[in-house]
Amino acid sequence: MTTAPAKAGWRFRQPSVIPGFGLTLGFSLAYLTLIILIPLSGLIWRSAALGWTDFWAIVTDRRTINALEISFGTAFIAAAVNVVFGTIVAWVLVRYSFPGRRIVDAMVDLPFALPTAVAGIALTTLYAPNGWIGSLLTPLGIKVAYTPLGIVIALIFIGLPFVVRTVQPIMEEIDKEVEEVAATLGANRFQIISRVLLPGLAPAIVTGFALAFARGVGEYGSVIFIAGNLPYKSEIAPLLIVIRLEEYNYAAATAIAAIMLALSFVMLLVINLVQTWSRKRYG
Amino acid sequence: MEVRVANVRKEFERFPALRDVSLDIKSGELIALLGPSGSGKTTLLRLIAGLERPTRGKIFFGEEDASQKSIQERNVGFVFQHYALFRHMTVADNIGFGLKVRHGPSRPSAKEIRRRASELLNLVQLSGLEKRYPAQLSGGQRQRVALARAMAIEPAVLLLDEPFGALDAQVRRELRRWLRDIHDATGHTTVFVTHDQEEALELADRVVVMSQGRIEQVGTADEIYDTPNSPFVYGFIGESSSIPVKVEDGQVWIADRPIGLSAPHAPQGEATLFFRPHDVDLVEECNGCIAGTVAASRRVAGTRRVELEIGGERQRVEIELPVDHPAAQKSRVAFRPRRWKLFPAA
Repeated sequence: MTTAPAKAGWRFRQPSVIPGFGLTLGFSLAYLTLIILIPLSGLIWRSAALGWTDFWAIVTDRRTINALEISFGTAFIAAAVNVVFGTIVAWVLVRYSFPGRRIVDAMVDLPFALPTAVAGIALTTLYAPNGWIGSLLTPLGIKVAYTPLGIVIALIFIGLPFVVRTVQPIMEEIDKEVEEVAATLGANRFQIISRVLLPGLAPAIVTGFALAFARGVGEYGSVIFIAGNLPYKSEIAPLLIVIRLEEYNYAAATAIAAIMLALSFVMLLVINLVQTWSRKRYG
Repeated sequence: MEVRVANVRKEFERFPALRDVSLDIKSGELIALLGPSGSGKTTLLRLIAGLERPTRGKIFFGEEDASQKSIQERNVGFVFQHYALFRHMTVADNIGFGLKVRHGPSRPSAKEIRRRASELLNLVQLSGLEKRYPAQLSGGQRQRVALARAMAIEPAVLLLDEPFGALDAQVRRELRRWLRDIHDATGHTTVFVTHDQEEALELADRVVVMSQGRIEQVGTADEIYDTPNSPFVYGFIGESSSIPVKVEDGQVWIADRPIGLSAPHAPQGEATLFFRPHDVDLVEECNGCIAGTVAASRRVAGTRRVELEIGGERQRVEIELPVDHPAAQKSRVAFRPRRWKLFPAA
């Protein structure tokens, strides 16, 4: 009797007998190549033409580093804030029925649809020192518009629907019985939320965070209105790229873009790995 | 612990799910709530657990009025049909959960919790699976973990809601026997809900038959099967046949013929005669019997079921015959129920 020796290591999972694997994989690869891979490799190609020393000089330039710090820092803070409040919004929408729930539910998606420049202008008007909210904050010594804090607020606005929309469906699937069983075992409300519900939502929350974060890093339209765009202080990396483009300094623009791309890719990859790990564990 | 349900009524948005239910559960008893869906059995179980609050009436644990206590304070172990395990926790963490969420001195040390979890896993015959996650277990194993988790808190009463409903027949039978053993070993007062009468009659010390929000009858398997006290119980438990009859002069009549059954104490007038299809005597000479023409005949395992059409109304009744009995082929069969019961027509 001859049996093929079990191959060690990584193998393709046998596709099912239903045809379509070849076609759909081929289509996906062609599509991703055209839409994502070719433009991005063009970017790398252009910045590679710069040579290593010039590239390094641009990337380690104080202004570039500050812009990157501001972009990634504000996006991170905004995504973190959205995780907390987006989860609460999702909770309210899933758990309670109240008059106007559908309207609130629809409102969550507005940041998706609204031109981001409009959002930026509206937020600036509100938070400027003479605006509705800004005029209330100024006496307290809090300056929102034209500071990194303003950037964070714009990014919170932009990122909210990502968290709500990824957490909401998972929350809807939570089995009421799991909460009930925890209560019979003596867990109080706080323990049920922190030990039973939130760990179950964690993968969705991480996804929502990743999406909001990625969106925040790349956001341009709303931020430039509220940020004030002071170099070294409130200038975001995407704006710096545009500035370099307007100076016809394409090499510098692509260099900054390439480093942004690399950083974002690494962070999203890490988040993805964390998710795969948690999915594997909890099934 | 003894559990006493006193005149409990429960309405959901004005719809009564339970109407004035009273029930005494003895300490250490294994009791089944049996009934068709919508009979209120699960509602009663959830009321005992404190997952619902009664509209009226009280529930006592021992001498204490438990209806005033929160779910957390009642100390009940609840097992759901679909296990409701915590997916993100290992088997050991699932079992230890009830101990871990305790506060102050009543919370055992982490080591003690681990020891207790292994001990319970041993009891439910799943030793060595401490580190597994629920997703890596079979349905039967998950339900055992759920039971171990419920027992970890030393509950005053163990409540099981269709515990074997989601499992296949083989595992079901196995777990049924196993649950009985566990109950005998630990002595927890246990209430379980089922719609499977075989399960209820085989497993429980006493069976509570429910219908439309009321308790129809409470008794041992023998009492419920041999002396059903209502048409519903007669029809719901086991096989039964019924025919409309009339009681006159202490005799039971179908149309204008007496059928040879005397009922001196039954009230005069319209009634329904119930009997078990296998509890009949075939008679050759019909002077006082039920006679009918064979309308259908089915082979069921070791016996043959025959449907007879009786009288001018062509009322159908079912009786059971030995497979090789010649009567099965005859067009006309006469019989007399050996054991039977009359209920006045509603």
